[in-house]
Amino acid sequence: MSRVPLPELPGRVPDSQSERRLAAIRREAAQSGVVSGKGVAPEGSPFPIASPQTGYYGVPLLKEPQWKPEVPLYFFVGGAAGASAVIANMANWVGDDRELARSARWMAAGGGALSSALLIKDLGVPSRFLNMLRVFKPQSPMSMGAWTLSAFSSFSAAAAFANLMQVKLGASIPVRLVENAAGALAALSGLVMSSYTGVLIGATVIPVWNENVGTLPQHFAASGLNSAVSLLELLGHDNSRALNLLGISASSYEVAEGVLLESKRHRVNAPLRKGWSGAIVRAGGVLSGPVPLALRLAYAVSGNKKLRRVAAWSSIAGSLLTRFGWVRAGRASARDHRIPLELSHQIALQKPA
Amino acid sequence: MSTTAFLTDSTLCIGCKACEVACKEWNQLGDDGFEWSGNSYDNTMAVGHSTWRHVKFVENKPEAGRGGNSPDQLPAWGFSSDVCKHCEVAGCLEACPTGAIVRMEFGAVFIQPDVCNGCSYCVVSCPFGVVEKNEADGRAFKCTFCSDRQRAGLEPACAKACPTESIKFGELDALREEAKVRLEVLKSRGVTDAVIYDPQESSVKGIHSLFLLRGDPRTYNLPPNPEVPATYLRKGWQSAAVAAGAMLGATLLAFLGGKR
Repeated sequence: MSRVPLPELPGRVPDSQSERRLAAIRREAAQSGVVSGKGVAPEGSPFPIASPQTGYYGVPLLKEPQWKPEVPLYFFVGGAAGASAVIANMANWVGDDRELARSARWMAAGGGALSSALLIKDLGVPSRFLNMLRVFKPQSPMSMGAWTLSAFSSFSAAAAFANLMQVKLGASIPVRLVENAAGALAALSGLVMSSYTGVLIGATVIPVWNENVGTLPQHFAASGLNSAVSLLELLGHDNSRALNLLGISASSYEVAEGVLLESKRHRVNAPLRKGWSGAIVRAGGVLSGPVPLALRLAYAVSGNKKLRRVAAWSSIAGSLLTRFGWVRAGRASARDHRIPLELSHQIALQKPA
Repeated sequence: MSTTAFLTDSTLCIGCKACEVACKEWNQLGDDGFEWSGNSYDNTMAVGHSTWRHVKFVENKPEAGRGGNSPDQLPAWGFSSDVCKHCEVAGCLEACPTGAIVRMEFGAVFIQPDVCNGCSYCVVSCPFGVVEKNEADGRAFKCTFCSDRQRAGLEPACAKACPTESIKFGELDALREEAKVRLEVLKSRGVTDAVIYDPQESSVKGIHSLFLLRGDPRTYNLPPNPEVPATYLRKGWQSAAVAAGAMLGATLLAFLGGKR
């Protein structure tokens, strides 16, 4: 007679964490009469009721943004590239700093190419990216962005190439003209590149985005300028007084934007303060506003380049966090059904009569 | 061809989900996963890329004569079959950068699947949370208003399958009138909380999927003031213009000042 094998025990070993959780469930049930979180609604318990107070069982009304991380990364890259095209032209014409202009041109061109790659990668059907250019739609910020990016990446690449020709083959007036013309057009489209992403997310149905549509483009432009200046400094242009001045103005704006966002304490802006999105947005704000501003001012007084380098790294990190934080805040905002339904703050759980 | 519309009368809906089944079968849509929501008999919860008709199960406090059940046992049920609103001014259509989303000859808002490149900008542009990108497929999908059937002179699959004529299909103006008449009939019978959902005052300027509901439309996740994203464009581009001017000015001043 063969032995019947003993039934296998469930494999979980109780530990202090599991027992604490069970005690917490008991406590919550005793105190509130219902346990939040996923589970069943047993007979006699307060079952969920749809009501004007809760909406439809608290189900989100809006759909969450379905962008991949490539999109906030593109906001960063495109913003920095656009701003550096502007810097390249000013360094060339006003600042008389050909070396800085060359670096900025290359950064703009590289950023333009990388931006296109990131955006194409985010598409659901990347092979159809050219469909973006079958219509020109001023009422669609996404369409305007696609055209701006196309123009920007072409002009910035042309300017960088013309610059390279002169370095390799010697100065030539016609090529110089091409570089300047392409550079000017790149700067013009670069101005749009660094600010339009604020319109892109601002002109949507996501409450936390459209609530701040009036300053998002400025916020993103300042963030782009901040990161462009910082990247150029880290590329070796840490003697340029102009770049430090620009860094001071960009981070000053970021301080002002941070104060503005923190002062608007209504619930639409809650994702900018609470949860992970709030932590990221706030960290981004601190790292791109007060921290680099203080360090740059200290550098201007002391001349200690270490301070300036730390300011640059801080600004870059802050700029990245800002874009990721805002996209994440948009996702949190879409999940809050109360705002589009215009419901009061508290979700009242109704018990059946 | 004239402008067509749905009138979904929740006072006639019995929650059979025939519209969901008919929609999925005609349009050959996949499943939505097999998740239990814990919310009434609704495990789909919302319209999405694979759910173009969705019956909402609204549970109210037990009430005699409502929901068809004995009041001491079961909640008073209200059902309403949700669908794309085919807005007069459609946020998704305006936002689409490829021109994939178009207005059909009978007023429907249609995403051309052979043009859509899956940028998912329409997803954040729909004030009703209807459009969704199918991550596996890469493109955005929503109700087509059975454009194929309409072109063949037929009514949409959901309207055809509805056993109680809760989903009515016809000309928009005629249905608007019909809704008013039905509302009067209901009120005369004592259904005083019946309302028509047709937000013509908001920036969507009206919808092609009218709803007749009992109680507050928000209970059915219908927003009181749906706004299309275009309303924010002016403010956004103004800010962008200020940003561009400030950036030009700041760089100019910085390089002038940096020369010293």
